Amino acid sequence: MKETVAIEKIEDIEIRLLLEALYSRYHYDFRNYAMASIKRRLKQGRDQLGFASFSALQESLLHDAAMLPRILGYLTVQVSEMFRDPTYFRAIREKVVPHLRTYPSLKVWVAGCSGGEELYSLVILFREEGLEERTLFYATDINQDALRSAEAGVFAIDRVPLFTENHRNSGGKSSLSDYYHAAYGKVSFDKTLRRNVVFSDHSLVTDAVFAEMQLISCRNVLIYFDRSFQDRALGLFKDSLSRSGFLGLGAKESLRFSQHAGAFKDFIREEKIYQRRGA
Amino acid sequence: MNSRQAEAVVIGASAGALEALSVILPALPVGFSLPVIVVVHVPPNKRSMLTELFQAKCQVPVREVEDKEPISAGTVFFAPPDYHLLIEVDKSLALSSDEAVLFSRPSIDVLFESAADTYGSALIGIILTGANQDGARGLKAIVEAGGLALVQSPAGAFASTMPEAAIAACPSAQVMSLDALAACLKKFGG
Repeated sequence: MKETVAIEKIEDIEIRLLLEALYSRYHYDFRNYAMASIKRRLKQGRDQLGFASFSALQESLLHDAAMLPRILGYLTVQVSEMFRDPTYFRAIREKVVPHLRTYPSLKVWVAGCSGGEELYSLVILFREEGLEERTLFYATDINQDALRSAEAGVFAIDRVPLFTENHRNSGGKSSLSDYYHAAYGKVSFDKTLRRNVVFSDHSLVTDAVFAEMQLISCRNVLIYFDRSFQDRALGLFKDSLSRSGFLGLGAKESLRFSQHAGAFKDFIREEKIYQRRGA
Repeated sequence: MNSRQAEAVVIGASAGALEALSVILPALPVGFSLPVIVVVHVPPNKRSMLTELFQAKCQVPVREVEDKEPISAGTVFFAPPDYHLLIEVDKSLALSSDEAVLFSRPSIDVLFESAADTYGSALIGIILTGANQDGARGLKAIVEAGGLALVQSPAGAFASTMPEAAIAACPSAQVMSLDALAACLKKFGG
């Protein structure tokens, strides 16, 4: 039994060193990610890439830059869906959009856009509500592969029934099939949806404010951060939002535990949609 | 493990969970000293009614977890639908949207493995009724870290696959009826 405890402690040291190496060599900072998830993902990476230990993985990562995207693939992968939690998108449509209509031009930031599911959901919603043309969307992520796949807008066809059902339940005013065409087991979303989208490499942990937003949607990204990173990211959102701008988080994320809680007020509490308080 | 060593209880259940938990959770007395963290396989696209249901039945506080919530003693925490629930080293509750494990999100294995990592030998893991094998690996991790493994007797379970898989993975697990499980918890945290 003592043996087991000792082995686990070494593993924790190795993980810390691996994350340190990733930061020193490539400037990707996962050091304050929520460790339980990181550990689980790194174990998966270690086993699937065939390394005997995290130290061996670290050596390879330091000396072989080709290893970087593979490790990042494990560290940043997350599984989302279009119109995930349809009631959130319904609330955006019915409660937030009426406010947004009063602006002549809009900026929307999908922070941590991953494969683009949330981005396309919002662009479609904005098109349905007649706001797309006056809106500039920023879709950011730290993972280049994720950005590329978001920009491609291609999804496996077996996910589409769920997307379609979610879209309908979100109060969709059109048919989701209007926006994609299917071929070879995939669906490809219409490139006109990307007309007003800027895809960009941006880290919520190390990068700065880049524009003034009326809406930031960042769902199920902060759950991967520890409290200090969460506070950093929420501070960035606070500074990026225009007065009375909106922030949407994931269904089980909360500002309650953050030092920036006071800068926001509940707009729709049950959907985790917050509004920036006037300065 | 003697009663002084236990710091937390984790429970995993699937098919038949409601009836089984209805024997165990309402029996926790006022002032129960341990947090009880529960994963039940629930459908991803619906709000779960478990929290409201057990709030009405239980003598201890019952909550659905929000991300980074601190773990408070004597409280029952349910994993929300469509998220994994993990225990962080600082003993807070963390959620993740990582891919499903054994077709399940939340996954019992994910909770149990992270809890074993954090609590080591001060953890009690309980596997109840269920129709798949989730939890067996996690319970094994708890045993390997020196924690206590308890399993509902398959003969009395609504679905026996899950307790059977847990017993196969952890031959040292103590197998008992729901009433005995409830009594055992009271002994540790009552």
